[in-house]
Amino acid sequence: MIKKKGTLSKQNILKILATIGLSLIALTMTLPFLWMLSASFKVEVDVFKFPVEWIPRKWNIINNYMEVWSGRYSFPLFYFNSIKVTVLTTIVQVTVSAMGAYAFSKIRFKFRDALFLIYLSMMMIPDQVTIVPKFLVLKWLSLFDTHRGLILLGSFSVYGMFLLKQYMMTIPDSLSESARIDGAGHAKTFLKIILPMTKPALVTLMMLKFVWTWNDFQNPLVFIQSEELYTIQLGMTKFMTEYNSFYSLIMVAAVCSIIPLLIVFLIGQRYILEGMTMGAVKG
Amino acid sequence: MKVKGKQALIENVSGYLFLLPSLLGFAIFFLFPVLFSLFLSLSKWNLSAGFSDLKFIGIENFKTILSDVWFTDSMKNSLIFTAATVIAGVSISLVLAVILNKMVYFKNPLRVMIFLPYISSAVAVAIVWSIILQPTYGPVNQFLRSLGIQNLPNWLADVQWALPALIGMYIWQNMGYNIVVFMAGLTAINSDLYEAAVIDGAGALSKFFKITVPMVSPTTFFLVIMGIINSFKVFDQVQVLTQGGPGTSTTVLALYIYREAFQFYDMGLASAAAWAMFVIIFIVTVIQWIGQKRWVTYD
Repeated sequence: MIKKKGTLSKQNILKILATIGLSLIALTMTLPFLWMLSASFKVEVDVFKFPVEWIPRKWNIINNYMEVWSGRYSFPLFYFNSIKVTVLTTIVQVTVSAMGAYAFSKIRFKFRDALFLIYLSMMMIPDQVTIVPKFLVLKWLSLFDTHRGLILLGSFSVYGMFLLKQYMMTIPDSLSESARIDGAGHAKTFLKIILPMTKPALVTLMMLKFVWTWNDFQNPLVFIQSEELYTIQLGMTKFMTEYNSFYSLIMVAAVCSIIPLLIVFLIGQRYILEGMTMGAVKG
Repeated sequence: MKVKGKQALIENVSGYLFLLPSLLGFAIFFLFPVLFSLFLSLSKWNLSAGFSDLKFIGIENFKTILSDVWFTDSMKNSLIFTAATVIAGVSISLVLAVILNKMVYFKNPLRVMIFLPYISSAVAVAIVWSIILQPTYGPVNQFLRSLGIQNLPNWLADVQWALPALIGMYIWQNMGYNIVVFMAGLTAINSDLYEAAVIDGAGALSKFFKITVPMVSPTTFFLVIMGIINSFKVFDQVQVLTQGGPGTSTTVLALYIYREAFQFYDMGLASAAAWAMFVIIFIVTVIQWIGQKRWVTYD
């Protein structure tokens, strides 16, 4: 009895030590963020003071944030562009993917499996291979340098359809078949039965797609030219090159660009982590 | 019989109707681009010249890139970048995931903290790093200087240190993802195995190497494959932080392709380089797939 108690406390000490060690690592991982946040609160001359003033001695938070949002740097426009592109891409992508996933999992049509295989094989091909022809296609369709083009490009991903299809496969066919026997068409079965049951996967895809589109840098860089169409990621690199003596303001922009991601992540942590780890564990 | 025929027709029609939006997008933005890029890689074509100047030249583009020092250097950099980020990233993550999984208090807040860099945008993170690593007044060098270290590296502006700095930043940013995936894999391991090992007198280290490592290997395999593919495609961080410089020191494949295509408008050469990239990813993945029998345990 005594011995058991002894080993237990030894384990506890180990656990406390491990917690301290890992907390230190986690803290180092977040240090760049803390630095960014504190720099965004400071007056410019204090940004590079050493030792670092983690808690600013002189607060300039309202001035900094007002300045960035005042419209002098078109930052609000870039922000709005990003919201527009991200929300629309997410909506179109989830709709298209859900319809495709339904077809692949619940309808028996000709060449279904062959088509699906072709889809899957495209997942292996890196973006770099298709980027030049995509550029040409957008030019031909006069969609180059438009938000519509950017949204369309982002809306078709094999990954999203694959994720939803895998989920719909787990819904027993008997459910959709009995609905069909009762006279419901595919449209009704899809909307009334399958879609509500796929909700967790839909939410996962929505959140992942939101994060990915918001963070996308390469597509806007290649397919957008006019400054008034810039998304936040492009806008920030422009800030960086043009106002590189105003680090506190650049840090305000960086903080603001991360906030929507944090909100989405905190709301949907479970869904996002599930979506990202799906398929990883079972091989 | 007739009813059945009608039924099959309905199934076919509705199947394709449901698939139509996705099929259209797929054809326009994936299938056609892939085929067209294959064709371009065998052609000589400068975007500014128009289609009349397009010339079929066979494998000439591939010969050109192989003798282009920017390409060979970018290939070398991508290989170093990939090897370093995958090997170090995956092994550090596994150790941290094991500790985080069983051996700590406040597991969830810690996990969120470690995941934070991964969820943040590559551009914002890269900008923050570029300032932190600023050679004269950036906090990292100021800190090192305060410890009395002389001859500090110029980090991103340093031919020797730029690539290691990028590698470190990339590992840091993706560690959260690797750890979260590993933790999911670890919870799937049957705890009886550990209990049996304890009865046999196994210590922490031998439990880790004899049980955890082999049992979590399907997850490791997944992370290695995905890690190789993603590291090979790295672009955002490099474009924001160094634009491939100084010299060729951080020019990676994706950057070379981007530059050939959208700065020099040499679409043929860019496509050839992109296919070279695909071939390498493909070969490495196939080797991994065949090799997995040697080290991946499926139960």
